[in-house]
Amino acid sequence: MYGWMVTARRYEERLQEEYLEGKQPAFDISAGPIPGELHLAAGQEAAAAGVCAHLRDDDTVTAPHRPHHVAIAKGVDLERMTAEIFGRRTGLCKGKGGHMHLFDPDVNFAGSGIIAEGCPPAVGAALAAKKRGEDSVAVAYLGEGAISQGGFLESLNLAAVHDLPVVFVIEDNDWAISMPKERVTDVKNGAQRADGFDMPGIRVDHDDAVAIYDAAGEAVGRARDGNGPTLLEVQVHRRMGHFMGDAEGYRPDADTERAKQRDSIERMETTLRNEGVDESTIDDIRDRSHERVEGAIEWAKDQPEPDPEEAYEDVFSNPPAGWTPTSEPAEPVGGDD
Amino acid sequence: MAEADETEQTDGAESTTGRELTMSRAMVDAIAAEMRTDDDVFVLGEDVADYGGIFDSTEGLLDEFGREKIMDVPISETGFIGAAVGAAQAGMRPIAELMFVDFFGVGMDQIYNQMAKNTYMSGGSVNVPMVLMTAVGGAYNDAAQHSQTLYGTFAHLPGMKVVVPSTAYDAKGLMHTAIRDDDPVVYMFHKRLMGIGWMPAPAGPKTPVPEDDYTIEFGEADVKREGDDVTVVTLGLHVHRALEAADELDGAVDTEVIDLRTLVPLDTETVLESVRKTGRLLVVDEDYHSFGVSGEIIARATEGALDDLSAVGRVTMPDAPIPYARPLEQEVNPGTEDIVEAVRDLAGTADE
Repeated sequence: MYGWMVTARRYEERLQEEYLEGKQPAFDISAGPIPGELHLAAGQEAAAAGVCAHLRDDDTVTAPHRPHHVAIAKGVDLERMTAEIFGRRTGLCKGKGGHMHLFDPDVNFAGSGIIAEGCPPAVGAALAAKKRGEDSVAVAYLGEGAISQGGFLESLNLAAVHDLPVVFVIEDNDWAISMPKERVTDVKNGAQRADGFDMPGIRVDHDDAVAIYDAAGEAVGRARDGNGPTLLEVQVHRRMGHFMGDAEGYRPDADTERAKQRDSIERMETTLRNEGVDESTIDDIRDRSHERVEGAIEWAKDQPEPDPEEAYEDVFSNPPAGWTPTSEPAEPVGGDD
Repeated sequence: MAEADETEQTDGAESTTGRELTMSRAMVDAIAAEMRTDDDVFVLGEDVADYGGIFDSTEGLLDEFGREKIMDVPISETGFIGAAVGAAQAGMRPIAELMFVDFFGVGMDQIYNQMAKNTYMSGGSVNVPMVLMTAVGGAYNDAAQHSQTLYGTFAHLPGMKVVVPSTAYDAKGLMHTAIRDDDPVVYMFHKRLMGIGWMPAPAGPKTPVPEDDYTIEFGEADVKREGDDVTVVTLGLHVHRALEAADELDGAVDTEVIDLRTLVPLDTETVLESVRKTGRLLVVDEDYHSFGVSGEIIARATEGALDDLSAVGRVTMPDAPIPYARPLEQEVNPGTEDIVEAVRDLAGTADE
């Protein structure tokens, strides 16, 4: 778990550096080697490690728009994921998806850039497992800002009435872009939403990967044993803006500072030391993680960009006969009179 | 996020009012003016208060009007767009912001089954005087769920007026008209035109904007550039690209550029007058190719001026979701050079 966490943290530090290249001093979102928006998850690593430690490749994870830490813990191919973020042809999605829309069917990982919209597909994956008599489970990640969204609440209900093997994981980082949690909901914590669906709701108050691991073990075990869904909420911290370039003018400095002090990685290191793991082992894990990240980034940057005409491929897996994405005549009609 | 309120765009326009505004400032100017004169006007949406709107569409309003009037809402598009419908039916004039038009799917039932239809279904006994404003457009590599320009989707479904400003001057006038309108108005602004610090705009959208209130009537297209050879009909960001293309072709092809400004109602007459003169029509649309604005404009032109037409064409987003990688997005998003080439083809000057 510690290895995943430091890999994720280092990965995001390096992505941040790469992303800002060419975008400074005046931030221009369309400049630099990494296209589009970039939402980093620094401070949320424990939520990924503590839950995904219980998962197998045949278990499904749906991630929201802040997906890298979860993808790493789920075992998504790091090289190809990085190539995707750089918009390269050998990326997971051939450069078509980008960082919010990562798909790796080899480990049943899928993303979505729309809030809470990963919940219904996770319910669907759980439904498929149940119908086929398999013991795989599905995990849907969402933020605390998403708990008012219809898609989430409808998913809880559907999973509950059909006793589906799904775990909903709320990563509570206290902020939905500029909205602090207390202005999003009047319930003290999102796990209380479970009560309305007669489903177990568990909250882990500290971003402690071991505590999350224990709680998630219970939830994933319940799902795998055929005892239905669980809503698990874990406290994490958003160390950065909502997206790269977000100056966070709406956020009190003290809150940002507090988030940085409550570091799940430092907490995990303390736990390891207390368990008798020696310093050189910790250093070794960290060094190997950093090497792995560097290797993925170097590999990705060497990959080719897609050819423009590849934009027209993959609209269908079985393109209708004669279909083209423009249906235009080869030559315009008229024009030579 | 915006470090600077203004971009470095220079459109060369002389201000007659002593001030030029970015499109976002012009929209805010109109909203603020309407809120000062009508207590029933209020704004609700995600990140509209402290943040001022992700694309600066409500920047600064919180300071003057407070949280009761500039309402941040939980992420729940069905809930808050539907609440705007209810408040409008109760006689208020809400302005709801759907952050990215791509998110319409989450709350679409409230939009097209309630907001758009309640006037009709009630036999006219109920009306829905609200504005739904939303950001459209790509060109910064945000991929398929954050880059669409769904003009056709909203214009296709009856009951909503659909407005697409291309300049700050129009943005203010059309916003005044939208807020005062007794029907639901979908106000679609292109991100690239807003003048946000982190997303530089092309030259053009920043224009002189009068201090005083003024309205622009819906259904009046704007002939941005007169020409005799080819008519280019477009809207939003692509007005500026079409003008750039026309300048590039100057001397070879005399291009007329029409900015539709509103899709519902649609100013068919201005389009027909132009194609009767030029005989050649090109529609440029950042929305998908099929079943959309381009097909509609060409259909109306053929219905109304078939005998005058010698050539038609369109430059559009292909029928593929919008890709992420730069070479792919540049391929599908209609650029100035695509317009130049299409105009040349239509004018029969491709080989000259």
